[in-house]
Amino acid sequence: MAKRTIRSIPQDRTPVREQPAAERIGSFDEVNLGYDADEAAREAQRCLFCADAPCMSGCPVSVDIPEFIRKVSDKDVQGAYETIARTNLLPAVCGRVCPQESQCESVCTVGGALEPVAIGRLERYVGDLAISEGWSQRPYVVPTPYRVGIVGSGPAGMACAADLAKAGCQVTVFEALHLAGGVLRYGIPDFRLPNEVIDAEIAALERLGVEFRTNTVVGRLFTVEQMVDEMGFDAVFIGTGAGYPTMLGIPGDSLGGVLSANELLTRANLMKARDFPMHDTPIPLGTRVAVVGAGNTAMDAMRVCLRLGAESVQCVYRRSRAEAPARAEELHHAEQEGVEFHWLTNPVAVLDDGEGNVRGLRCQRMELGEPDESGRRRPVPVPGSEFALPCDQVVFAIGTNANPIIGQTSKLVLNRRGYLQVDDAFATSMVGVFAGGDIVTGAATVIEAMGAGRKAAASIKRHLGIRDTSLWYDDPEGARFGIAAHERNFVRLRLAEREPAYSAGPASGAPTVPSTSTAVTAR
Amino acid sequence: MDISDVTFSLEVLHPQMARAARAGQFVIVMTHPEGERVPLTIADFDRDRGTVTLVVQAVGKTTREMQQLCQVGTDLHGMAGPLGVPSTIGSARTVVCVGGGLGVAPVYPQARAFHERGATVIGVLGFRNADLVFWEDKFREVCDELILCTDDGSAGIQGLVTDGLRLALEQHPDVAEVVAIGPPVMMQACAEATRPHGIKTVVSLNPIMVDGTGMCGGCRVRVGDQVRFACVDGPDFDGHAVDFADLRSRLGRYRGEEAQALDHWYHACRRAENAVADDLIPAPTGQGA
Repeated sequence: MAKRTIRSIPQDRTPVREQPAAERIGSFDEVNLGYDADEAAREAQRCLFCADAPCMSGCPVSVDIPEFIRKVSDKDVQGAYETIARTNLLPAVCGRVCPQESQCESVCTVGGALEPVAIGRLERYVGDLAISEGWSQRPYVVPTPYRVGIVGSGPAGMACAADLAKAGCQVTVFEALHLAGGVLRYGIPDFRLPNEVIDAEIAALERLGVEFRTNTVVGRLFTVEQMVDEMGFDAVFIGTGAGYPTMLGIPGDSLGGVLSANELLTRANLMKARDFPMHDTPIPLGTRVAVVGAGNTAMDAMRVCLRLGAESVQCVYRRSRAEAPARAEELHHAEQEGVEFHWLTNPVAVLDDGEGNVRGLRCQRMELGEPDESGRRRPVPVPGSEFALPCDQVVFAIGTNANPIIGQTSKLVLNRRGYLQVDDAFATSMVGVFAGGDIVTGAATVIEAMGAGRKAAASIKRHLGIRDTSLWYDDPEGARFGIAAHERNFVRLRLAEREPAYSAGPASGAPTVPSTSTAVTAR
Repeated sequence: MDISDVTFSLEVLHPQMARAARAGQFVIVMTHPEGERVPLTIADFDRDRGTVTLVVQAVGKTTREMQQLCQVGTDLHGMAGPLGVPSTIGSARTVVCVGGGLGVAPVYPQARAFHERGATVIGVLGFRNADLVFWEDKFREVCDELILCTDDGSAGIQGLVTDGLRLALEQHPDVAEVVAIGPPVMMQACAEATRPHGIKTVVSLNPIMVDGTGMCGGCRVRVGDQVRFACVDGPDFDGHAVDFADLRSRLGRYRGEEAQALDHWYHACRRAENAVADDLIPAPTGQGA
């Protein structure tokens, strides 16, 4: 093949087919229809297959992007799936919801001169085909006697569960709600991520032997301590996320028509309130809705309100469009669908109609001042600029905090903001208990949570003494919580006591020798 | 088990939950996959038998449907819990436990817990009339004194629970704590009755909930100058600090939808009955609902 150059590849990004805005706001069907085989092959031909592959460094789990795109270009989609599945368990999900413009696609070489290769859309194409064709990665699994409990079935928990199941552990995932998937299920609406995709990914995990236990609130039904001490789990991973919504704390916050985006989305997505009364959960339906915030959650909330029949939906955000944290594609879709944006506008009070309902939102105009600690220019109020924005429903999408249940009910060390404190190996202050995802970092992205789940899984394997040649063993020896290296392997010692026959089994050495040191050097 | 026409109790087998449950906690129940998640207080639990008891009043679509569907031997679609922070059973020597209407059930485990701690427990139970009285015997076992109040005087004293509470406070000047559970208006009245005496008063709030795990804030309540989530910070709060007006206004926000759901369900039931009837007799015409 002749050497590809920017000049020799298709110049324009292959457009993706979408439902027209006027049609799509009438239903919850997916907006982005995805590539077909020809479109995918055409887009794949735009990749230069750079030797240094900068795109891979932009991916939190380092998917081998050039290799999978080469396979798509060769029409070997199953091969492409296998390439992705080595590092990313949920291509159909990540291809849809990752903010690629700030990750892999932001560093694509083609993007320097032209539009970057549509890596996310290609990944989604491969993931969707894998689901419809029933491909799944069925590695040869060597069973071990280890039992691992995973708290939370969101992206972090799912990724951790997959890696540990492949390593032969018996994995049980505990989920507080009645359906698994975490934010993928209750948060991201069907028009962005159809439920069938989540169902398919969970079914794939079940085929790997992962057991899901829903309606199980860890911390209440049993504690993390009990999982380790009484229930026989050799290790525990906590991936409970940051689902505790923040209210603004302005006057009128508790009026009937004021709710968190989490509540709106949970009612609409998880409880199917959009089908009320065929489903029993009702949803408050304002005709003029104001959504505060401009992240992905805010975009989802606004677009859900449009589909529920709101006459007008307004976005109120205290910074400008350039600072909006939502994905570019979602912001664009929201604009197409008719959301009215009020940039540089800060709500100061929710106005009451005298009967406990919302009459409007009192706002003030802002202007951008000096950059703050986050590097973004700090919005400052313009004196005398207050005005009333008429609306009858207010939705707060201004961020979430750590859920307090695990902190309330265990002795795990928390940081100042209530998140779980972990060391570099994702170990918490309790031996054998690991944590990752939003419950450690605060609200972040799906792929970052998956990355954390996978790294924690590697740490857990090392803790259990399961040798894994793949990655992450360069972890520092230092134990921030004063857990000595041999203690990290206490499970192996305990198993040896429990079942002497087993201790002679694995080839990794005598059970009384702490094998952490060998594992650290094994790359 | 039916307690009255509209009140019934469910004894659910869930050994793990029976072990974990403490007084003051609740569960979230789903009857079927299309159902809603409803919070119900744990009225009793039996660790030996592995059961949790819920007392339900059939007031809307879901609870009426439960009354019909949840017969002995059936399964619930889902039950999550125990949720909420367990009640603090303090060291008070003399306590009054007040239960109004359906609130009688959830106050029982608290009364029992205080009794087990060796406190003198005075129970004050309020019902509309003698026919609605339930669990009197259970309370007599754990209470040193029981004051029964009915609106019409058909059992016990005639009057509201606040009358019973005043009586208890007069007779026992050493009351150190009052626990009051029932409709918001009743809990508010109890808190007002104890406020002049400066007696600690704990109420169990019942706002609208969805997930019950601190994820949506639908159950937020104003306590003092703070916003708290009843599902993870409560449901027990200091009755003197709760903003009851705010709670009542938020409880009413789905009234229209609630009526619509009940209506929809009622008509669906009628259609199902008619479909059965169609097999036997010619379909009636012009039938009104």
